[in-house]
Amino acid sequence: MIRTEELLLNVGPQHPSTHGVFRIIVKLDGEVITEATPVMGYLHRGTEKLAENLNYTQIIPYTDRMDYVSAMTNNYVLVHAVEKLMGIEIPERAEFLRLIVMEMQRVASHLVWWGTYLLDIGALSPFLYAFNDRERILSLFNELCGARLTYNYMRVGGVKWDAPEGWIDKVKTLVKDMYGKLDEYHRLVSDNEIFLARIKGVGKYDAETAIAYGLSGANLRSTGVKWDLRKNEPYSLYDRFEFDVPVGRNGDCYDRYLVRLEELRQSLRILEQALAQFPGDGETMGKVPRVIRPPAGEIYVRIESPRGEIGCYIVSKGKAEPFRLKFRRPSFVNLQILPKLLVGENMTNLVTILGGIDIVLGEVDC
Amino acid sequence: MQRFWNDPISWGHAGIYLLGAIAVLAVVILFVTYAIYFERKVIGWMQYRRGPNRVGPLGLLQSVVDVAKLLLKEDTIPAKADKKLFILAPVLAFVPSFLVLAIIPYGLKLQFADVNVGFLYYIALSGVTTIAIVIGGWASNNKYALLGGMRSAAQMISYEVPLVMSVVGLTMMTGSLNLRDIVVHQGSYFWQWNFIPQIIGFVVFVIAAVSELNRTPFDLPEAESELVAGYHVEYSGFRFAFFMLSEYIYVYAIACLATILFLGGWNPPLPQLDFIPGLIWFALKFAFIVFFLFWIRATLPRLRVDQLMGLAWKVLLPLAILNIFLTALGIELFGKGG
Repeated sequence: MIRTEELLLNVGPQHPSTHGVFRIIVKLDGEVITEATPVMGYLHRGTEKLAENLNYTQIIPYTDRMDYVSAMTNNYVLVHAVEKLMGIEIPERAEFLRLIVMEMQRVASHLVWWGTYLLDIGALSPFLYAFNDRERILSLFNELCGARLTYNYMRVGGVKWDAPEGWIDKVKTLVKDMYGKLDEYHRLVSDNEIFLARIKGVGKYDAETAIAYGLSGANLRSTGVKWDLRKNEPYSLYDRFEFDVPVGRNGDCYDRYLVRLEELRQSLRILEQALAQFPGDGETMGKVPRVIRPPAGEIYVRIESPRGEIGCYIVSKGKAEPFRLKFRRPSFVNLQILPKLLVGENMTNLVTILGGIDIVLGEVDC
Repeated sequence: MQRFWNDPISWGHAGIYLLGAIAVLAVVILFVTYAIYFERKVIGWMQYRRGPNRVGPLGLLQSVVDVAKLLLKEDTIPAKADKKLFILAPVLAFVPSFLVLAIIPYGLKLQFADVNVGFLYYIALSGVTTIAIVIGGWASNNKYALLGGMRSAAQMISYEVPLVMSVVGLTMMTGSLNLRDIVVHQGSYFWQWNFIPQIIGFVVFVIAAVSELNRTPFDLPEAESELVAGYHVEYSGFRFAFFMLSEYIYVYAIACLATILFLGGWNPPLPQLDFIPGLIWFALKFAFIVFFLFWIRATLPRLRVDQLMGLAWKVLLPLAILNIFLTALGIELFGKGG
């Protein structure tokens, strides 16, 4: 007698395409997924609990290790929350530096995504091209703050290091080169028949679903919702610069791909303007008390990280340590939609969809 | 050569036969070693990297060291695996890959076995490797390996059909399946070679061949990003090396076949260039095909399973049949070799 059985397949935690220690238990009927259960927490370090015993400056390095592909934005969300709670004024030069590194970080982060996504789909070379270009950005960060990945660059009240001599010019040439690289990426990949066949119409959802699941970033914008905190709730100096918020239409992996690449271009536009307006001199650290003790109260701030809306919620009892600290991590929230998207899909589409969401496991597990 | 085979077997004959076999073996092993090196170098250059450059001058000994490493590694057989089949699979994959080399003519007189159904012999034996891959995937008792093995079976069987069909048109023109006759039939001007009148057949052949080799963009059986390593995920040490070896020997065989069937074998592109020996022309064309295989690996993403099947049955097969029809029409209207 011939009978068929469902195949229970453990994808991860050691699997090349889960981008870290992430596990999905999939039930397969042939190669079609009938059920998918994500299992997370392999990288959980209890950042939020640890923070309760640390003072605010000590928490900053922990934020580096959440979304380690985009540490600058994580730095910012924490110091921004504290500054807002204490009402600290930031010198303009410091704010400019913060904005420049954040946008550079967005470019670097999207490059990582672009490269690894194509690696998931089976193209080897773009990964190395992307990392080659990202390397330049990391080297610039290294010059600025002595670290390539976990920067610990921002402080409550400003930034730790001023830009070294000639640094701004180097960023200017980088931005100029990156425009050309971006066109090259489009020529190389965006119209490839096989690539289009792989991602067009895959992992589709509409705007309503996206909002119901709390998605943000490119995952939300690919459905046509124009929501970018840099525009909608301007923080830092974003209201001074001109840029567009790219949106998709169909909400599939292809639109997410195009939205991210267009975001790269917009980041370069912001960088261009910011570098032109960069103040020649000034302080990089505002007036901050020796020990940071925010007044009793609570605050929630949110900013646009490359992965979506990253938020920081602080409850202070007037002490040097927070009473409670909570991060709203976009990767974690965006990942919720995965089981819904995977059902009925081919096993091959698992990596296409998971990669399209763009998660960083350090942030999912925190 | 033909008389040699018809003579009664003596010790001298057997000795020559054995030495010849060892020579081919050496050539092929040397090819595999340096094909891997060459592939890594070429892809490295295409990706702003240097490729292997540490072991030996220019990294030339890298592959040798890799093989030595595989030899020295612990030989593990998973506890739940079907032990007999697990051991059998790499052998079964490897043996036919060597057997197919017997029929390849490198020159007018340089050939091991002059089989008059040469191409069919190749197809028949290379099919055995598919079975080995399925057995390997099954015997490992690993779900990823099983999925890889099943994919591989489906893919190789599907692509064998257009592969065979693409050569039919050419056979009609030549009137023979003998590989030597096919080369002889192609003239000594490069526009007389089969790839021009049989351009559809050539394209179908190349695509189907890449798929037969399980190489990008058709490397689904071992799709790293989904199936980790596919059918050989549980294999290690020298058993793994056997799978790799047979894979690269097929690269060698397919490149030879493409040269013989479509690119005029050892014929020079112009008769004036006749002073260069045929073996060199053969090697040049062969190297071009091998380079092409490496080149697309650095360039293209991977297809999805259903798209792969669709391509075989809905595009390549009709094209191959169209090619047969057009060839038949051509022969009828203009006569053979027109």
